[in-house]
Amino acid sequence: MAHFEKARNLEEWLDQRLAIKTLRRVLAEEYWIPKNINFLWAMGMVLAITFGILLVSGIFLLMYYQPNIETAFDSVNYTIMQEVEFGWLWRHMHAVAASVVFLIIYIHMFTGIYYGSYKKGRELIWISGMLLFVTFSAEAFSGYMLPWGQMSYWAGMVITNLFSLGSLEFNGLVEWIRGDYVPGQAFLTRFFMLHVLLLPLAIIGLIGLHFGTLRIPHVNNQDGEEIDFDEEAKKYLAGNKKEAKVIRFQPDFLSKDMFVVSIFLIFYFYLVFWHFDFAMDPINFDPADGLKTPPHIYPEWYFLWSYEILRPFPKDPGLIAFGFAQVIFFFLPFLDKSPNVAPASRRGMFKVWFWVMLVDMIVLTVMGKLPPQGIYSSIGFVAAVIFIGLWIVLPIITKKEKAV
Amino acid sequence: MADNSRRDFMGKVFGGWAALGGLGALYAAKKTWDPLPSVKAAGFTKVDLSAAEPNVLNVEKWRGKPIFILKKTPEMVANQTDEETARDVIVGNDHFLICIGLCTHLGCIPAYRPDKHDFKCACHGGEFNASAINTAPPPPSPMVIPPFRLDGTTIILGEEGPEYKKMKEAGVIA
Repeated sequence: MAHFEKARNLEEWLDQRLAIKTLRRVLAEEYWIPKNINFLWAMGMVLAITFGILLVSGIFLLMYYQPNIETAFDSVNYTIMQEVEFGWLWRHMHAVAASVVFLIIYIHMFTGIYYGSYKKGRELIWISGMLLFVTFSAEAFSGYMLPWGQMSYWAGMVITNLFSLGSLEFNGLVEWIRGDYVPGQAFLTRFFMLHVLLLPLAIIGLIGLHFGTLRIPHVNNQDGEEIDFDEEAKKYLAGNKKEAKVIRFQPDFLSKDMFVVSIFLIFYFYLVFWHFDFAMDPINFDPADGLKTPPHIYPEWYFLWSYEILRPFPKDPGLIAFGFAQVIFFFLPFLDKSPNVAPASRRGMFKVWFWVMLVDMIVLTVMGKLPPQGIYSSIGFVAAVIFIGLWIVLPIITKKEKAV
Repeated sequence: MADNSRRDFMGKVFGGWAALGGLGALYAAKKTWDPLPSVKAAGFTKVDLSAAEPNVLNVEKWRGKPIFILKKTPEMVANQTDEETARDVIVGNDHFLICIGLCTHLGCIPAYRPDKHDFKCACHGGEFNASAINTAPPPPSPMVIPPFRLDGTTIILGEEGPEYKKMKEAGVIA
């Protein structure tokens, strides 16, 4: 048996058995963050906190929600909203957080794209982040099924139909996913399982991986400067904090992080208490009816851009374009051929590429919400073609890019 | 290096059996997600066609899907092409459109416009004529005719009768 001294206090007692002091030092106090960053570097912590809010509010909703096609709608809209004290609070917190989490994810992604934080050792940060984006999307979709309203049902119908893969007519696969010819009890219960257990487990695992991928390359900085973290850490620990280019994760960086988190939470709770309705589609307050399609079906705002890439094309090309849009962001570190790690503003044509991509995705998002008629169809079509074109030209323009 | 051949052998034996068990578990997981027998046997729907009004769309439910039943007016029948007539279910002198009322794009339910004698899908703007043949994209094919059997003026959905088999041979089912 290993030798143990009598501990003088609880911290020491735990340290003897769990090495908590070493853990704290390695994970926080000597995890180094560059000084040269701005508030956009706090989005990761904002996301972590938002995920925590989703988890806690979800636990409370789970105590009254019933995954049954006869009772699901009322368990949400009557039991939780009217009978359970503060049930409305959990539901609105959950719905608003599910929506704004995507806003922050997009800001987080575009920050990474702008500063080139996906290359030269940071490829896995980007790829694990994209895996998180995909699992968050699946989590959002499966959660959207649960109130079993009209939008739940028809979104479930349309999205599972995508798996027939157009003219390949894999109807057996669609029926296998649903466990029925149309979304029904089997469908609701399995999406409930995915939403409350399997996908959250995957997300928690992926968050761990995402943090892990960050450890060796460290976070990027505003100039894409290559920092010798060991050297700078030595300066900091020797007391030369002014000259060191780095600060501790805890307590230095985290205090700035939490300041941004606080600003975010003010905005978030403002939405929860006064503007929760934006995350609540009125059509989903009608119970699911398999014999009545709502006149206009659209996904939540965060899926609109990829939906609009599907919509203006004929069925098979539309599906191919949609599939392309789903996976292409994964390949960004390998399609960007330039060795430069620098903000887009210093990267010539890439600067244009970045802003056109951002504006194009906003245009796609707006068009996806509008009915598919006349000029909207045309604008949507052009924006979808530009989206695909941008990815085709990316390797060409970055190959020609001058070193900075 | 010490002789590890026995450890390697045990590792391989364990790995082999584990892989076999894993495959078995995957098979069980796949079958668990299949539609249940009670769902598959959701049965057959009988509809009496004699009460149908011309140019009024009736929607029935079969295996959870909407079934469109549209009795065509004599003018509609007179004005349609052979291709359209080949898709008609004929009972006595009456021509009926009978199809699964789901847009072949992504499965929304198109709405019938009695004044224009056509179907319009609100989701993505697809259109079908009164024989459920697609006339405006994105739907790539006509709405599907479900298996049916005629028994006098009654139609039984889910069974393949001679009229359905004839349509199938003519290639007009979907």
